[in-house]
Amino acid sequence: MNSLILRTAVPALVGLMLLFSIYVLLRGHNEPGGGFIGGLIGASAFAIYTIAEGLASARRALIVPPITIAGVGLLFAALSGVVSLFFGDAFLTGQWWFPAFNPDLKYLSTVVLFDIGVYLVVVGAIVGIAFALEERE
Amino acid sequence: MSDMTAWLVVWPVAVPLIGAALTVALWGRERAQTNIGFLAIALQLAAGLVLLQHVWENGPVAMAMGGWSAPFGIALAADVFGAGLTVVASLVAFLILIYSLTDTDADQRRAGFMPLILALMTGVAGAFLTADIFNLYVWFEVTLISSFGLMVIGGRREQLDGAVKYAFLNLLATTFLLIAIALLYGMTGTLSMADLSGKVAALPADSPIETVALLFLMSLGMKAALFPLHFWLPAAYHTPLPAVSAIFAALLTKVGVYSLIRVFMLVFPDGAEIAREAMIWVAVATMIVGALGALAESDIRRVVSFTVVSGVGVMIGGLAIGTQAALLGTTFYIIHSIIISAALFMAAGMISRAGGGTRIADLAGLYKGSPFLAVAFLLCGLSLAGVPPFAGFWPKVYLVQAGLEAGAFGIVAGILISGFLTLMLIGRSFALIFWRAAPDGAPRVVSDGGDLMKGALGALTALTFVLGVYSAPVANMAGRAASELLAPQAYIGVVLGRSAQADASGAGAAEMRP
Repeated sequence: MNSLILRTAVPALVGLMLLFSIYVLLRGHNEPGGGFIGGLIGASAFAIYTIAEGLASARRALIVPPITIAGVGLLFAALSGVVSLFFGDAFLTGQWWFPAFNPDLKYLSTVVLFDIGVYLVVVGAIVGIAFALEERE
Repeated sequence: MSDMTAWLVVWPVAVPLIGAALTVALWGRERAQTNIGFLAIALQLAAGLVLLQHVWENGPVAMAMGGWSAPFGIALAADVFGAGLTVVASLVAFLILIYSLTDTDADQRRAGFMPLILALMTGVAGAFLTADIFNLYVWFEVTLISSFGLMVIGGRREQLDGAVKYAFLNLLATTFLLIAIALLYGMTGTLSMADLSGKVAALPADSPIETVALLFLMSLGMKAALFPLHFWLPAAYHTPLPAVSAIFAALLTKVGVYSLIRVFMLVFPDGAEIAREAMIWVAVATMIVGALGALAESDIRRVVSFTVVSGVGVMIGGLAIGTQAALLGTTFYIIHSIIISAALFMAAGMISRAGGGTRIADLAGLYKGSPFLAVAFLLCGLSLAGVPPFAGFWPKVYLVQAGLEAGAFGIVAGILISGFLTLMLIGRSFALIFWRAAPDGAPRVVSDGGDLMKGALGALTALTFVLGVYSAPVANMAGRAASELLAPQAYIGVVLGRSAQADASGAGAAEMRP
């Protein structure tokens, strides 16, 4: 789309949206939500970028194909469930690691890994759909 | 700490899931995807065998996901029935993968064949091994979504036509399933099938149990292709790639049949009289309509589709009788049907390769160019019709015997008549496709499929023969499965009891949360 306003606003908007999506991902991991809603916000950022800058530069900005992102995310989510095998717990049981240098750090857990996986699946799938729709136009 | 052996029930689901994730991440690299796919299905088969052996020796095994105990959380659980079907499913899927190496070209494999097959196998194993009825619905959705993708690989117009019918009717069935589950949850406040078992029996007499049971019969019956909701299957199964049709026919209707058996044996073990009465006549009608439909068809792949419908009727007939011998026959028939449906769809795909089409009227004299295919088709067809010494014979013997003992003469008549019609059908198809002399100037055999296709079909044909001659292992396994279905206390105990321990570890994990 050839709109000067959009093209001027997009770099700032996309950066903010991606930052906010990661904030939501990490904020949400102990609340309901997290990965899914963060992934949707992240995917919207790429969708806006695609509308403003075109498909080719959006693909360059993403570096890897969106479907690969989704696959890696699914892998993260699946493997986060297997980690509990080594701690004698049931499949998908959350495992936390509180490092000695900062015992209050609460992000080093398989639960967050699972949420990151969900985030990547959502970003990959939605951006893939957005690219496919853009391609047809 | 939960018992480590409980992890056995996770692997048949987790392994293809990890494989699917890897193949999605490697999108477009079809060689790597193919290798991962074969490895994942082989590991799933191995995991299933270990699980089956464990369940055979130690009784049912269950694991509460994430340590959240069963009436509230979701448990995976395996008894001989579920574990046995998982093993047969991944064995047949492996052979179909071998077949698909010739059947699909590189472009079709790049279009996501392997990720979708692995997702499908995740869903099938999940459905066979879950102990939670809402989770069962989720696994249905997983298989459904991957089957939509598989259905349109190839991108021909009639494939889209078949896929639209398939997608619409299956989404409708899943919606009805969801409504049935919601009503059940509203009445009992639980979704764990083990917990439901006692709670449904304890419901007050004016609860709408009959309505919910009929809704389950309708929605799962639609999935299983029971008359009168079977019409989507022959309208759709002849359109995708032969390898895809083979895996659909082998597994998807069986997941519906499995779920019907699980729901009616575990959740509604007593009562639900109207649904059970309806089930008898629906089963008989399905057997006969399937066989007649197959006789009326002129396209070999549609003929084979209708025989799948007829087989579903036989399985549900056994469930409707509901005795030990009948459930043994049904379990045996499911195993037989997984093998034989895959074999016949493989054969149909090879016939269309050899003859350059699927219309029976255009096919003739294929015996000359592909004698192997002719013999394999005939043997599998005889097994389908229930002729000894093939594997199709024994389940029908058990079912007819059980039907006579229980006085279910309608089902006995249905099995015998549909068997006779199927025999006619196989004889006619064989005579027209293979024996009839090809008219002069007709094109020669285009391709006999090659060694991989022949090997996969040959392995299934050999399997149906060996299981017919030496049926004791399968009959024993089916007998144990039937006993466990009739007396599910061990299954219920392990789902609810093991979760009491898992609850302790789950609570421990919860305390560690910041």
